[in-house]
Amino acid sequence: MSVTVLEGKNIVRDYHVGGGLFRPSRTVHAVKGVSFSVDRGKTLAVVGESGCGKSTLARIITLIDPATAGELFIDGKKVDIAKDGLSKEMRRKVQIVFQNPYGSLNPRQKIGDVLGEPLLINTDTPADERRDLAMRMLKKVGLGPEHYNRYPHMFSGGQRQRIAIARALMLNPSLLVLDEPVSALDLSVQAQVLNLLADLQDEFKLTYVFISHDLSVVRYIADDVMVMYYGEAVEYGSRDEVFADPKHSYTKTLFAATPRADVASIKARLAKKKAA
Amino acid sequence: MTDQTTAEATAASIPTGGRQRAFTEFWHYYSMNTGAVIGLVVFSALVLIAIFAPLVAPHSPDEQFRDALLTPPVWQEGGKSMFLLGTDAVGRDMLSRLIFGARFSLFIGLVVVVFSLTSGIILGVLAGYFRGWVDTLIMRVMDVILAFPSLLLALVLVAILGPGLFNAMLAIALVLQPHFARLTRAAVMAEKNREYVISAKVAGASHVRLMVKTILPNCMAPLIVQATLSFSNAILEAAALGFLGVGAQPPTPEWGTMLATAREFILRAPWVVTFPGLAILITVLAINLIGDGLRDAFDPKLKRS
Amino acid sequence: MPLLEIKNLTVSFDTAAGPFMAVQGIDLSIEPREVLAIVGESGSGKSVAMLAVMGLLPNTATVKADRMAFDGIDLLKLSPSERRKIVGKDISMIFQEPIASLNPCFTAGFQIEEVLRFHMGMDRAQRRARAIELMKLVGIADPEERLNSFPHQMSGGQCQRVMIAIAIACNPKLLIADEPTTALDVTIQKQILDLLVGLQAKYGMGLIMITHNMGVVAETADRVIVQYKGRKMEEADVLSLFEQPKSNYTRALLSALPENAVGDRLPTISDMLFEPAPSAAGTGPATGAAS
Repeated sequence: MSVTVLEGKNIVRDYHVGGGLFRPSRTVHAVKGVSFSVDRGKTLAVVGESGCGKSTLARIITLIDPATAGELFIDGKKVDIAKDGLSKEMRRKVQIVFQNPYGSLNPRQKIGDVLGEPLLINTDTPADERRDLAMRMLKKVGLGPEHYNRYPHMFSGGQRQRIAIARALMLNPSLLVLDEPVSALDLSVQAQVLNLLADLQDEFKLTYVFISHDLSVVRYIADDVMVMYYGEAVEYGSRDEVFADPKHSYTKTLFAATPRADVASIKARLAKKKAA
Repeated sequence: MTDQTTAEATAASIPTGGRQRAFTEFWHYYSMNTGAVIGLVVFSALVLIAIFAPLVAPHSPDEQFRDALLTPPVWQEGGKSMFLLGTDAVGRDMLSRLIFGARFSLFIGLVVVVFSLTSGIILGVLAGYFRGWVDTLIMRVMDVILAFPSLLLALVLVAILGPGLFNAMLAIALVLQPHFARLTRAAVMAEKNREYVISAKVAGASHVRLMVKTILPNCMAPLIVQATLSFSNAILEAAALGFLGVGAQPPTPEWGTMLATAREFILRAPWVVTFPGLAILITVLAINLIGDGLRDAFDPKLKRS
Repeated sequence: MPLLEIKNLTVSFDTAAGPFMAVQGIDLSIEPREVLAIVGESGSGKSVAMLAVMGLLPNTATVKADRMAFDGIDLLKLSPSERRKIVGKDISMIFQEPIASLNPCFTAGFQIEEVLRFHMGMDRAQRRARAIELMKLVGIADPEERLNSFPHQMSGGQCQRVMIAIAIACNPKLLIADEPTTALDVTIQKQILDLLVGLQAKYGMGLIMITHNMGVVAETADRVIVQYKGRKMEEADVLSLFEQPKSNYTRALLSALPENAVGDRLPTISDMLFEPAPSAAGTGPATGAAS
């Protein structure tokens, strides 16, 4: 019954760091043979610290950069942008939401144009229909038609992130890559955006690849979890498996390092402090 | 016609919609700089004078009063109230010639800035966006142009093209153009990897759309400042070429040319040299002050507090 | 006697749109050897209040307070030069962006020694020895080598350690840490927090931890102040804050934590809509617990 929307087999990405006059060029392995698959309507969370290759992986899945080796299937079709280029149809299937809500919207573009742009480029939708669709999408992400003619600087971080999500959804993608979408947001806003993402997933049967470094968020939103460490997937399994019984020592370190905000651990800490 | 540069400067930095508020904010920061406000007032006056030259000027710039050669200004002994700033060697009214000269100087500034800005932006965007060999090729050519003393290069170009105001303007535009190209390239390179550009790319935008619609509008602020400063540079260089006899040709009342034809009277009739020089000085100073004010108003670092 | 005592602190900024009140009537005090956390979201004025204490605000800011005393010295009456002798020596501060906080043109060692020269007047050899000692203290491996490293040659975590070394170089009585781990990875965050709390306990410093992260609060603080839009919402010791939050805002913040999620949607702050009424705000019974 379940349909696999995204599948990656042994994805590799190398960067060649250009050699100077006196330095030989060297190769950096950013992603070293990662495999995964996500079913329709599910969320795969990719967890790791800076430099682990999770953002590189996000760019490969979003078809921004090609993989050096390995196979990527989207909706069962093999995609290789290095060889075949990228068709408009493929382009519409995967969209991305970035971490920084202040950098991801063009400061000189009205919200209406931000939302209309994907349609303008990829479809022949007439202008008034684009406008209707954009208005409807604004409402869907919890904003109003009065926001249509405003500029990004008039919005708060959380609102901008809603706009970024709305733009990503304009082309009805089946797969949404979320690259740390709530890391730059305040706690209260983070909750709202996470709720919105959950609502949209239910409504449109969206598939998410959720890149994050925050384990508490991942635990809340993910179905499957992949932990990356220096370009390798050191742990991959369902959320409950990974959180209940982490296998790899790095995953254990990561869990141990995450600060806990529950009463029991505060009591334990205070008791320890008193004893010392 | 020429006051549009400043009007456009503010308009381009602020998109429509929040225009009113953005303009208030812009003016708040601009008006904190007293010098810039003075510069703007002087420049606006100059523009008005240039536009209404036939109405303002007491005489025609080419009319020769044979009975009043080298009349001193009105406050000196022998001055006539008919010629407020005196007359030159062939009896033409200095004031009228200066007023009409303002037209030429502002026209030169505008044309040169438009030429060099357009070509500089095109080359700079291409270089900054594509990098690689395109970048290397364009920027090395720019480096070669920058390696020459600008006036010398302009002179050589005019010598090849033939003297005249239009050729002089072309030459100056070419000499000033690398500054725009470099500035645009740097701004484009900074913007290119911002997330909104990648987002537009993911939305399927083509290279041209990314360059022109997405990236370029966000690079305008430093270009506007540079354009203002180049405006005064252009006037100065045009005056220099005119003085050397390869710019505007007599009897055009261009300030540099006026200086050149009058230099033999520098001791006998100092006013024929002083006033065109002063006119150049005041214009250039006013525009530079405006440029500084714009730079302050656009600088996000100063805005934060 | 409290180490730092602030009464009714107000900070406003002149902006193009008129004055903006970043901090509105905050009371705050910290005892020696205490870890105080100031929690709030962006725009809560949590950093501004501390920058006002340090005298580091730009001159568009107007700082008013009924009392601002450090270790019995009235900071409001000090001249700028007298104040500089205290700031950086007895009170020091570390910031969010460790790499940006260090001057990229100078080595880590130079920047540590600079503080020692200015505040302690040590000679060259003493400075060198003290710098190495400090580097060891903050857990940097082979300190002699690292003294000659430039900020760009070190990782974010190492830079933050150097910043901490600079901050504790003059044995300050009070250390203010402004989001010290926000830019760092979780595993590094843990190390830095342990280091800060460890140093605080070892040298008996007062530590003010400014953060937006409830986890960091829970792991470090003795007492907590919750701020919202420039006002104090609540002040309580850490356990009672998490066990039975008094103000609606704190309750909302805690329930918005994903790890406290009940059901498949998170409660959001707008669900518990409230206006921060100045009279009701920050009058928790916990104020007494401080003294």
